[in-house]
Formats: sequence, C-alpha cells, structure tokens
Amino acid sequence: MRLLAFLARRIYQSVFVLLGLSILIFIIARILPGDPARTALGARAPEWVVERLREDMHLNDSVPVQYVYWLRGALGGDFGDSLVTRRDVANDILEFFPASFELVLLAGIISGVAGIGLGTLSARHKDTWVDNIVRILSYMGVVTPAFVFAIMLLLIFGLALNWLPAIGRLSDGVPAPPTFTGLMTVDALLAGQLATFWDALKHLIMPAVALSLGALSQEARITRATMADNLSKDYIATARSLGIPERIVMGRFLLKPSLIPTVSILGLDFAGTFSNAFLVELIFNWPGLSRYGMNAMLRKDLNAISAVILVLGVIFITVNIVVDLVVGGLDPRIRLRAARTE
Amino acid sequence: MAQPSKVETLAPPITRQYVRQLQRRNRMENLGRGWYKFSRNPLSILGAATVLLVTLLAIFAPWIAPHPEHAAPFTNFAHAHLPPSLEYPFGTDEIGRDILSRVIFGFRLSLWMGVVVLALVVPVGVVLGLIAGYAQGTRLDTIIMRLTDVFLAVPPLILALAIASVLEPNLTNSMVAVSLMWWPWYTRLVYGLASTLRNEFFVSSAETMGASTSHILFRELLPNMISPIFTKMSLDMGWVIIIGSMLSFVGLGVQEPTPALGTMVAKGARFLPDQWWVSIFPALAIVAVVLGFNLLGDGLRDLFAGEEV
Amino acid sequence: MSAPPRLLEVKDLSVHFKVYSGVLKVLDGVNFSVDAGEKVGLVGETGCGKTTTMKAILRILPHPPAIVPKGEILFKGEDILRMKPDQMRRVRGPGISMVFQDPTAALNPVFTIGEQVGPVIRYSSPENRGLSRRQIRQKALVPLQEVALADPERLLDAYPIQLSGGMRQRVCIGMALATNPELLIADEPGTSLDVTIQDQVIRLLGELVERKRTSVILITHSLGVVREMTDRVYVMYAGNMVEVAPTPRLFANPLHPYTRGLMEAVPKLTGGGMAMGIPGRLPSYQHPPPGCRFHTRCPHVMPVCRREKPPLFRVEAGHEVACFLYGPEVERHSSELAA
Repeated sequence: MRLLAFLARRIYQSVFVLLGLSILIFIIARILPGDPARTALGARAPEWVVERLREDMHLNDSVPVQYVYWLRGALGGDFGDSLVTRRDVANDILEFFPASFELVLLAGIISGVAGIGLGTLSARHKDTWVDNIVRILSYMGVVTPAFVFAIMLLLIFGLALNWLPAIGRLSDGVPAPPTFTGLMTVDALLAGQLATFWDALKHLIMPAVALSLGALSQEARITRATMADNLSKDYIATARSLGIPERIVMGRFLLKPSLIPTVSILGLDFAGTFSNAFLVELIFNWPGLSRYGMNAMLRKDLNAISAVILVLGVIFITVNIVVDLVVGGLDPRIRLRAARTE
Repeated sequence: MAQPSKVETLAPPITRQYVRQLQRRNRMENLGRGWYKFSRNPLSILGAATVLLVTLLAIFAPWIAPHPEHAAPFTNFAHAHLPPSLEYPFGTDEIGRDILSRVIFGFRLSLWMGVVVLALVVPVGVVLGLIAGYAQGTRLDTIIMRLTDVFLAVPPLILALAIASVLEPNLTNSMVAVSLMWWPWYTRLVYGLASTLRNEFFVSSAETMGASTSHILFRELLPNMISPIFTKMSLDMGWVIIIGSMLSFVGLGVQEPTPALGTMVAKGARFLPDQWWVSIFPALAIVAVVLGFNLLGDGLRDLFAGEEV
Repeated sequence: MSAPPRLLEVKDLSVHFKVYSGVLKVLDGVNFSVDAGEKVGLVGETGCGKTTTMKAILRILPHPPAIVPKGEILFKGEDILRMKPDQMRRVRGPGISMVFQDPTAALNPVFTIGEQVGPVIRYSSPENRGLSRRQIRQKALVPLQEVALADPERLLDAYPIQLSGGMRQRVCIGMALATNPELLIADEPGTSLDVTIQDQVIRLLGELVERKRTSVILITHSLGVVREMTDRVYVMYAGNMVEVAPTPRLFANPLHPYTRGLMEAVPKLTGGGMAMGIPGRLPSYQHPPPGCRFHTRCPHVMPVCRREKPPLFRVEAGHEVACFLYGPEVERHSSELAA
C-alpha cells in the first residue's frame, strides 16, 4: 500500500517535471533564429511551398499555441518529421534506441559488477598493495573523461594491436540476426547464430568498456569507502562476538548496508553513462540514439532534438524512481521515515 | 568550606559579538589544523601544484608558449605531422602547428570557461538554494525546487549539448549552455544545507531579534555553508573543464583556429595510430588538469572536515 | 595441588595500535581474572582501555591497526590468542559473549531483529545448525521473552529503528544470553539511556545472570552500579589495572590515589562539601609518561613513581594495588602478619 502511494506520488511529480522539461526544450528550440520551414525545404523551394509548410508547422502562430500543437502531437507519439532523415521522428527513435540500449546496458552491468567487486576486494585488503592499486586506478577512472578512454582503447586494441574492430555493430558482410529484442548479441544467441554473436560481441566490447570505466571507478570508490567504514562498526563486532561465522558476517551483514550508498548513486551514474554515450557512439560510429541525437543537434533538427531529449527525460526519471525503490528496499530507515512524514 | 565560585567574574558577558568572535577564532584554529593536515598529504600538494602550474601557464600563455602564433591562423605544411622533438615537444599537427603551444592556449580557454561558468552559476544557484531552503515548506520552496528538477531531469551533458546546438557555436554560447545546466546542482546542495540549518537555534534567535531575511540568509546561514560550497567549487572546476572539452569535442564550442583541448582530441583522432601525438597529448592535458583540480578539491574537503558546525 | 583453571585469566596483556603518526600503546601489561560464578566489575574513565581489553579477549580488535605484542588470555586454561579459528568459534558465543555499549550502533540497521537473532541461535550450538528457518524463529522468541519484551512475535519482524532505546538494549542483552555463555561481558549497559530505563536494564541483567549462573564482567563508570551488582572490582587507568579488591573492601578502604579520587568525585547527599574532580587529563598513549602512568596527576607522587612502573602489591587477601605508596613497607607488614 505504501509502495503504491510512493509510486503514485513520484509519477505525479514526474508529470509536472516532464511538462516543465518539454516547455524548456520548446523554448530553447524556438530561440534559434532562422526559418525551420525554409531549412527543411532548401533554398531553391518556391516561396508558396515554404509558406504552406510554415502553416503546417504552425510557425506563424504565437509560441504558446505552437507549444500546444507540439504537445498534443507528442502525447500521441507524433513528434513530427526529422529534417535530416525526412522520416517520422518516432520511428527513427524506435529504430536507433535498441543499439544504445544494448551499449548502455552492457556498460552498466560491467560497471556495477566490476565496480562493486573491486570496491569489496579493496576494502577486504585495506591498506595492502591490492587496495592501493585499486584506489589509484579508480581515481584515474573518475578524472578521465569517457571519450579519452574511448580513444585510448581504440588506439591500443583497435588500431595498434588490431584485436578488436573499431566501427559499427557488425563487420561488413555479416548479416544482422533476426530481431527479437533489438539487442544484436541477444538476438544472435536466440537465433542460434554463434558466429554472428561473436562478431557482435567483439564490436560491442570496446565501446561498452570505455563507457563503463567512469561509473565503475565511482562505484568502486564508494563501495570501498563504505565497506571500510562499516567494518569497524559495532554491529559487525556484535555479530562476530556472538559467534556468527566470518563468511556470514562479511557476506550478509557487511554487504547489505554497504551497498546502499553505491546503489543510491546509480541514478546519477546512469545519467553520466548516457551522457558519455553521446561521444562514445560518435567515436565508434555506433548507430544508436545518442548518435542520432548528436547528429540532430549538429544539424539543428529541432523535431528530433526535442523528441530525443524528452525520451531521455522519461528514461532518466523512470530509472531514478526505480533506483529510489531499490534503495528503499535495501534500507528500511528510508522507507519508515518516509512513511512517517507523509 | 566551599569556596565562592569565581566563575562569574572570570567569564566575559555572552553577547552575540563574543560568540561570533569565538566562532571566528575556532574557525581559524580549525583552518590552521586543516592546513597542517593538507600540507602533509602529498596528493593534495600535488593537486595544488598542478592547478597552480596550469593557472600560470594559462595566464602567461602568450609569453610562455614556444610558438604562440600557432594558436592563431597559421599554416606551415613543411613542418606538418612532425613527431615530438626538442623544437616541438608535443609534435605538430596536420597543418604544422606546435601542439604544445596550442595545448597551453587550450588551458587558457578551459580555465577561463571554468571561472566564468562558476562565477555565473554559484551566486545564482546559492541564492536560489538559500531562499528555497529558508522558505522550506512554502510555495516558493516548491516552485524553486521543481524548477531545479526540470533542469536536472535530463542528464546534464545532454542538456548542455542541446542548448549549445541551437545557438551559434562559440565560446560565449558554450559558456551559456554549461551555466544553464550547472546552476541546479548548487541550488540542490545549498537547499539541503539550508533546510537543515534553518531549524537550528541561532536562526530562530535571529528571527526573534527582528533580523531581516537577507541578514538571516547571508550573515547567518551562508557562513555555515562556506566549506561545502567551496569544496564543490574546486571539484567542479574539473567537471566544467570536462564538459567544456566534451562540447568542443563534438564541435559545439569555440571554432577553429582557436585551440580547445576537446577539439584537438577530436580532430586528432583521425590520425591514430600513426600520428598519435596529435590526439593523445591534448587528451593527457585534459586528464592532468582535471586530476589536479580533483586532488585539490579532495584535499580541501579533508581540510574543512576538521571543522564541525 | 593443581586447582582447576580459572574461568578467565588475562596475563600481562599489551595491545598497541599502529596509527599514521606512530604507535598508541594503549594496554600496558594488564592483569585480570574472573572465576566461575563471579560478577567482576571494571571501573575506569572513558578512554582508559576497558573496551579494548574486552575486544582483545574476544579477538575482535581491528587487525590492521591493532597489534598484541605480548600477553596471554587464558579461557579455562587455553590461550585465546593462540587459538585456531575453529577453536575460537567455540569460544565466541557459547563461551564468552558481549553486550556492547551503544545498542543502537550494535544492531544492524538494515536487518530485522529476527534476521539478527536467528543466526546467533543457529550458530551457537551444533544441534541448531540443521534446523529450519521456522524452527529457528521459534527459538528466537525465547531470548526476547527472557528480557521481558512485549509481543516478541512482532518484534522479530521489526527493524531496530522502530524500537526504543531501552528495547534495543534488551534485545542486545537477549542476544548475548541466547548463546548461553559461561562468561558475559557487559560494556556499560544502559549508559546511553534515560536513567530510569538504565536502572531497569541493570536490574534485568542482574536477574538473568543470577538465574543462569553466568559469570559476568560488568564495565561501568558508575560506582553505584558496581557497589550493588559486583563481587569484586578492578579499577583501570590508562591501560593498567591499578587496584583490585572485593567490592565491599574497595568501598570501605580505597587505596590507590586514583580510586580515592574517583570516590571523591561522586557528589554525596550527606557530608557536605563539593565533589572534587581529579585535575589533569589522561596521558597520551603515543608518548606515555615513564614510570607510573598516573604520576602526573597524583597528589602523592614520589620520585620512584616517575622512574619505575609499580607492580601490583598485595595489601590483604584479594586486595592489590599498583602504587608505590603500598610498596615494600606493606610487604614487610604482611609478611610480619603471616609469621
């Protein structure tokens, strides 16, 4: 019951935030001087055709009216047409989303598993050489932007050693697997095409690793700090002193409370990963949403820009709500305090 | 026989002035202790030294850079794509420009951007946070915080990219873009601090004495938040530089031929792996300066950690 | 004639902590013992090393900073410091268990009471290991009932944050006694609570310990509690035991200047005059004063105190003091008595 109330409240708040976001985007998009209709049709189109398009795009109406038209369309899933691809933006997004999702998902898994794992290892062997190496590496991971990592990986593994391919999702000549989920690796496995799976994986690994390193380092640092802190807490000493075996003390009673701060930042880490994806997709020529959005931004494709930002906003807000739920699940203090103040 | 208590005659009267004096002295002592801790941590010193070095390079770029004219329109195809050497320590790029000089001027740009963005963002963000935190629970609070939520609803870089993309690509506009997406972080931080502090006794005592709102905001609440704000600012310099370099990486920052570190990394990526220096040295420069600010920020945080409110 | 080994015997225990700026020599040759069925009190100011000694006994000191350069801790004759992990497992819990000072910190905030008491019961004896979760849950009700907690069934599913301070303290006591230990260490029970609740808690502890015939080490800085609850008392200062005596004797005749100072620091309802504190502070553990660690604050300091560390001098049966004031003259006196 409390869960539903919490969800309901968050969704209610999110609606307002999304509304505000859409207004913000709209205002930004309309600041641009110039004539979107003219840009779409080119310099040689006759004036009356351009004027017709202007009417269609409601460009001659006042800004609030334009917003209403746009909003109505957006709610119905119609974001207009892209000036660049000349197709329905909604379709474009659906087409490019899975590639980004595959990338960000793998990056997220790598950073979560490796980050928490390394952090735990580091805390367990606090102040030894293992700990020091992990600390140094994770610090460097935090201060190095993802695109620098991407370029380095590209240089070393892609070009110098030539172990991994540098472009796209599949090599030339390898046919794409049938679409079940849109994630090429998963689809290839489901269809039993092992060779395709390997090829897709080889293309996926470098950008995913480059993308994961920032969040990985963040999570390793926080996990290590929290675990090292919690190791000296009284409740661990109590558990030990009452005869509970060490593996249970470490694996259960230390682990769960130590995960809380790390999970709390997963939302922010996810935002960071998606941001970095914008550049990493460009570097590896990955046909994903970020690259689509990036191209839209460079070419001032307003419909596409607005749509991409709105979609990202929805995704991000959803992820934040999920993260809050998970943290609430882990930490009863948050659940109970929230219930008390509501 | 019990002695008459000498306590009353020795202690000075407890006035607000006296309390403030004590606070100030306490803070000085803590800073002194913190500085001692700071100076004994080699990493913080390294950070401070790096930041200092970069700042000096940035300020005196035209006089320090070996080939300052390479930061302006310049071509010298005869010296194009030379590997690192004594004359060109970081090598040259595809049109013969000295990469070291361009990196030094790139620092100038990055630091300038960081300073301007923070100068814009911190006052606005902090003031909004103070107002919202003090007015906690009221409509004003909700409005301001919903506004920050809207700006924070999208991953920060993406918002900056979107804003930058609808404007003309130049330095000013990229600063505008980054500022617009940065200010909510300060508001959030200050809001959290202010809404906790406003329930402390020193605030209600100031209110009962009839202090004006601006007095409470700026002379009571704000001084207690200087440390976290300062720490965040020094860490943020690093992040602003990264965001700035990401903007210029995609071509939305300053345009050629003005040297920007991100642009140099992007343009140089074409020449990997053979002329690796064109891309790698600017990339390392970015990492170095961000590392410096991060180490400095961490050191400052440890310094201020000795100070308990 | 070989007597059966005492329940617990700490011999000449030293514990050092290695920190960034040097070494803290916290415990400096501590001697301490408990017999079966005894209730031993340990009194001393905050920071004097009481908790460190107890943690050393259970071997739960944090091992990177802590080192045990010398000493023996004999539990029923076997040295705990040299035990292997499986032997230690038999000591912790069924042998010795501990109630920590701050019940809020001693309970894991993200697990329910049942999830914390359950494992304690499960691992406290070999028979319990194979039991199902439901059976363990049933068994977990017992310690909660023993500490007079209302509605133990519901409590098992509650989180520590939902309980009051007094309830948490009772849970901790219940958990510690759930293992049926031979020796219970109670570290300042109830200190963080309201005085009335503290009283209840201490009384409860007393009843349970009587009933189960558990030996107890009761750490406290309250002389009143010591007087009521213990058979024998140790007084500790700056990492050393400075005096030990049967409780009535200690209060009738405190010998060590520090003990005297403690007694006088307690305000008395009768007798008039103000309570006097002991001037000065605990010495630094990193650079402890040579000789007797109390000599810098001692009103009766003598030249020898500044040079040598006083051993424990036997003044009468069971009453020993680590102070040169009771040195050779006292030994001569007691040997005259024996003759």
